[in-house]
Amino acid sequence: MSVVTNTTTIGAIEAPSRRNTELALLAFAVVIPVFAYLNVGLAIDGKVPAGMAGYGLGLALLAGVAHLVVRKWAPYSDPLLLPLATLLNGMGLVLIWRLDQSPRLIATSMRLYKSFSPDAPSQMMYSAVGIAMFVGVLVLLKDHRVLQRYTYISMVVSLVLLLLPLVPGLGADVFGAKIWIRVGGFSIQPGEFAKLVLAVFFSGYLMVKRDALALASRRFMGLYLPRGRDLGPILTIWAVSLLILVFENDLGTSLLFFGMFVIMLYVATERTSWIVMGLLMAVAGAAVVGSTASHVKSRVAAWLDPFGCLETATDQNMLNACDQMTQVLMSFGSGGILGTGLGQGNSDLISFAANSDFIFATVGEELGLAGVMVFLLLYGLIVERGIRTALAARDPFGKLLAMGLSGAFALQIFVVAGGVMGLIPLTGMTMPFLAYGGSSVIANWALIGILIRISDTARRPAPAPAPSPDAEMTQVVRP
Amino acid sequence: MSELTLTVMRLGFLAVLWLFVIVAVQVIRSDLFGTRVTQRGSRRQDARPQQNTRQQAAAPPQQRGQQPAASGGGRQRRGAPTKLVVSEGTLTGTTVALQGQTITLGRAHDSTIVLDDDYASSRHARIYPDRDGQWIVEDLGSTNGTYLDRTRLTTATPIPLGAPIRIGKTVIELRK
Repeated sequence: MSVVTNTTTIGAIEAPSRRNTELALLAFAVVIPVFAYLNVGLAIDGKVPAGMAGYGLGLALLAGVAHLVVRKWAPYSDPLLLPLATLLNGMGLVLIWRLDQSPRLIATSMRLYKSFSPDAPSQMMYSAVGIAMFVGVLVLLKDHRVLQRYTYISMVVSLVLLLLPLVPGLGADVFGAKIWIRVGGFSIQPGEFAKLVLAVFFSGYLMVKRDALALASRRFMGLYLPRGRDLGPILTIWAVSLLILVFENDLGTSLLFFGMFVIMLYVATERTSWIVMGLLMAVAGAAVVGSTASHVKSRVAAWLDPFGCLETATDQNMLNACDQMTQVLMSFGSGGILGTGLGQGNSDLISFAANSDFIFATVGEELGLAGVMVFLLLYGLIVERGIRTALAARDPFGKLLAMGLSGAFALQIFVVAGGVMGLIPLTGMTMPFLAYGGSSVIANWALIGILIRISDTARRPAPAPAPSPDAEMTQVVRP
Repeated sequence: MSELTLTVMRLGFLAVLWLFVIVAVQVIRSDLFGTRVTQRGSRRQDARPQQNTRQQAAAPPQQRGQQPAASGGGRQRRGAPTKLVVSEGTLTGTTVALQGQTITLGRAHDSTIVLDDDYASSRHARIYPDRDGQWIVEDLGSTNGTYLDRTRLTTATPIPLGAPIRIGKTVIELRK
């Protein structure tokens, strides 16, 4: 005490839990979709839509439950993740409802299937299940490090999930991609859940093996080349993702898994050589598959020259791929900078998967570039909070898991948005929270749940160190 | 619905969306800069007068020995160093004002400068002024040693101004 120091101390402000910030943002995130709902109703029918109160209350109820659960079970978690996800989910519901109102899509559905059922109510139900999943993750998973025990079980589970669609009788081939399974009237996309389980496996595995992967290497042409036996896992994952591509015709999922593994490998080892090798392997795999599989070939043709390939298309499949691409590009183009306004665009001219794979085109047309940027920023903020959580996490497993999950999330946005906008070949994946699809919504709510759990552990103030009674007494006795 | 209302709603909706993003970024901003800089010295100096009598009685012998140097800040020699600067290592840029107090270095959490360095011992070295204000560095039996310039310290050694004291990957200098 007698020591007068003039040291500058930089200390964190007493860890505020920031739950009230979250509540305020959450209220904002519920109001925006209700405003959008009103806007769509006024634009289409000229009157306040009948279901508005029910819709608003439903969304508010879901958000409220999620908030209370976070307050109780994860009080120090990140204040932004939940509002961002809620806003995206709510906007997704509005966009799906808006496309349900389209006379064109109703007519198409009547012509093809002789029936039409609106998708918004079922998406609302899936959102409720998603929130239940979120609540379940927070309540049951008290500490994310528990997941570390299930490293190799997760590997097996993820492989089983990935292979399920190939099982005869269980798998369902929908529009050329075998990524669904049908269980008792529900179709589930196991790949969405495999993403989470695989992230657990990767982080558990890399946490144990990262020193071997990072240090035991030979230097060759400025790159650190790993030993052959350390290459095993990356080669296996590469082969598995290629097999998915070949047998399930799912370019997006294989890209996602391989990309996630390379990201996590890089984060765990800090070796640029892994990224170089990963990119080379991805390019090699894509080149082989792109030149052989007809499904992928037509997508690549539609990407290279969407308008030209309408004339040069050799078969119906390729024609469809090119047609979709042109429709989507026209939709984005007619949106311009500020968009046509909700409910006033013609994005329902996209006759196939308008509310799932191509829902981003509706954003592009009705909200314009300004709206697309907001949505990309919202996704970007979720990814940023995920990476921030990874930085703040104190245990290596949590770091890797948060990084892997947010990396996979970012990659998925890139693959979908890039595909829809014509930056990369189109792949059949869903825009998280926005697109219609039960598995996607549920799996992504679980992902947000895990991130919130990790961020709660990371931001929780460290317990004060036990006072050590003899610390003051230690002295150096000089002769 | 009139065209005007719809246009206003359309632009209003975009504005609200952007407002949400801006609010969210503000929340992140407060998270990024959520640290507080406090001057420990100034606060303690205020508290000194009342504590002085008690300190004289309670201060451990080692610190009592430094009391004259601390209180006699006025008779510091010309050219005496006024601050200690970490010039290399993870703590680069940290400065500690030299006011006659002993500065302990090491990984132990109660050190004046807590070194986050694999090569540092928990109580690695200390830097203190002797009776005539000359600053001395002394190795406290560390595993990997303390180096003044290139020589490993074996005894307490006076520190020339600007000479690098190396502990593991951390380099410390005394400056005016």
